[in-house]
Amino acid sequence: MPKVKEIEILIIGGGPAGLSAASAAADLGASVLVLERDDKPGGQLVKQTHKFFGSKKQYAGDRGYQIGNFLIEQCEKNPKVEVWNETTALGIYEDGVVTAEGQGKHLKINPEKIIVATGASEKMIAFPNNDLPGIYGAGAVQTLMNVYGIVPGQRVLMIGAGNIGLIVSYQLLQAGVEVAGIIEAAPTIGGYLVHASKIRRAGVPILTSHTIIEAYGQESVEGAVIGKLDEQWQLIPGTEQDLKVDVICLAVGLSPLTELCFQADCQMKYVPELSGHVPLRNKYLETTRLGLYVAGDVSGVEEASSAMVEGRLAGICAAYSLGYGNDVAPKLQAEALAELSELRAGPAGQKTLKGIIKLMDKGGAAC
Amino acid sequence: MLNKTGIPTAEDVKTVSPSEERFNKGPVAIIECFQEIPCNPCTEACKQGAIQPMEDINNLPKLDFNQCNGCGVCLSRCPGLAIFIVDATYSATEAIVRIPFEYAPVPQVGEKVVGLNRAGEELGTFNVHKVQSGGQKNKTYTIWLVVPKDLAMDVRGIRLGGIRHAN
Repeated sequence: MPKVKEIEILIIGGGPAGLSAASAAADLGASVLVLERDDKPGGQLVKQTHKFFGSKKQYAGDRGYQIGNFLIEQCEKNPKVEVWNETTALGIYEDGVVTAEGQGKHLKINPEKIIVATGASEKMIAFPNNDLPGIYGAGAVQTLMNVYGIVPGQRVLMIGAGNIGLIVSYQLLQAGVEVAGIIEAAPTIGGYLVHASKIRRAGVPILTSHTIIEAYGQESVEGAVIGKLDEQWQLIPGTEQDLKVDVICLAVGLSPLTELCFQADCQMKYVPELSGHVPLRNKYLETTRLGLYVAGDVSGVEEASSAMVEGRLAGICAAYSLGYGNDVAPKLQAEALAELSELRAGPAGQKTLKGIIKLMDKGGAAC
Repeated sequence: MLNKTGIPTAEDVKTVSPSEERFNKGPVAIIECFQEIPCNPCTEACKQGAIQPMEDINNLPKLDFNQCNGCGVCLSRCPGLAIFIVDATYSATEAIVRIPFEYAPVPQVGEKVVGLNRAGEELGTFNVHKVQSGGQKNKTYTIWLVVPKDLAMDVRGIRLGGIRHAN
C-alpha cells in the first residue's frame, strides 16, 4: 500500500497562479505541495518572451519567462513549498483524498485545503482539412520555438487577433518566419492594439472580419483559402483569397480546464465572458466545495497578471482559513482584491467583470 | 480604424504629437498608446516628471512635452514598444527617430536599413546613427535612425536586408 501524503495545502498546477498561491500561502506559514504535470513549473510563462503589462506589483516590464523564473525561485527558496514535477492530478475524492500519477507511480495525497490552478486549454475551430499536418495551436508553436528552438515552418497564416495570436505572430517574426497575415472573424482586433501596431509596422496585414474557408495540401498544409465576412458573419461571395502557407496557426481562444472541479462536485456555470464552464466561487475564490479554491484561467480566462494576483489571493485565503497569518491576512486579502479591481477597471477588463457578476449573482454561490 | 487594422490614423497620431515649437527645441517622446489597458511602467520610468502618474492604471499615458527631455528611458521600458523619440534638431534637413527593436540581427552603426511606416510600407533606406542595448534584463534595443525631417513622424520601424518591394 502506498503511503498517503499529508499536506496542509495542495496546489494543482504550477503556472503563474499556482506558484503565486504557493509562495503566498507558505509565506504565512502553511506547508504547501504543488503538483506540476510538466517536467518544470512555470506554466505558459516559460514561453512568453514579451514584456508584461500591468504594474510593478505584477512585475510589469519584465518578460514572461523572467517572471516565471522569479516565481520558481521564490518557491524553491521557501522551505515550506514542495514541488512535484511530472505529476498529474487524477481525481479529487469525496473524502478529500487527491490521487495523482507521478513518475509511473499512483500517489495519494490528503490535503486540508486544495487550490485548483490548472489553467486553460486551446480551442479548435472547424474547417475542411483542419487535421492536415502543419496546422498547430498557438501554444504548440510557442513550445516548439521557445522551448525547443524549432521553427514550425516557413510561412504562417495566423487565425485569431487576440493577444495570443498577436504575440505568437510577433514571436514568429522574431524567429525569422514569415507571417502571411493574421485573420480575425470579429470586426475588430481583440488583443492589445500596441501588439497589433508592432506587428503591422513589420508589414504583417491584420484582416478583421475574415475567416478561413479551408486548408489544402497533399501530405501537409500547402495553402489556405480565406474570405471576408459581412456584418452577420456570413461569407461574402467573391472575396476568397488563396494564401500559400505551410503553417496555419490557431489562436482562437482558450477554455478553462475545469475537469477536476466538475469531478470534485463544485457547482459549475457556463459563462461565455469567462470562456466556458467555471466553478461558482466567492470573492475569496473558494468554490461551493468548501476548502477548494480556484485561481487563474481555470476560474475564467484572463491575462497572466490577474492569474498571479488571483493565485496570491487564493494562497492567502487558504492559509488564513488554517489559522495562519491572522494578523496580516486581512490586509493582504484587501490588497490583492484591490489589485484585481484595478487591473479589471478599464475597457479591457469589462468582459471579465461582467462574467464574474453573472457567475456570482445569479448562481447562488456560497460565501 | 486602428482597432481594425493595427495602424494608428493621422488623427490618432495628432493627439500625441507635440507642437512645431516643441519639436524645434530638441528630442521629445511620442507615446503612441491609444487604448486604455492596465499598464503603467512608463510613468515609473520617467525621472523628469513628464509622464504624469496615473490615477487609474487603465488611463492613457499623459506626457507634458515641456518637461520631457527625450532621454528615452520610457522607450525601452514600454511593454507595448509604443514609444518613439524624435529629435527634429539633428541637422537642417534631417531628424533622428529612435525606435525600439527586438529582432536579430541587430543593425550596426553606419549601416543602411529600410525605414518602415506604421503600415509596414518601405519609406527608403536610412543611416543607423547609434545603437543602444537595453541590457541583459531588458533586452530591447534602441535604434537611432537618421531620416529626412518630413519623415520623422512617419518612420516607425526598420528592416535589414534592403528594399523588397521596389516600385
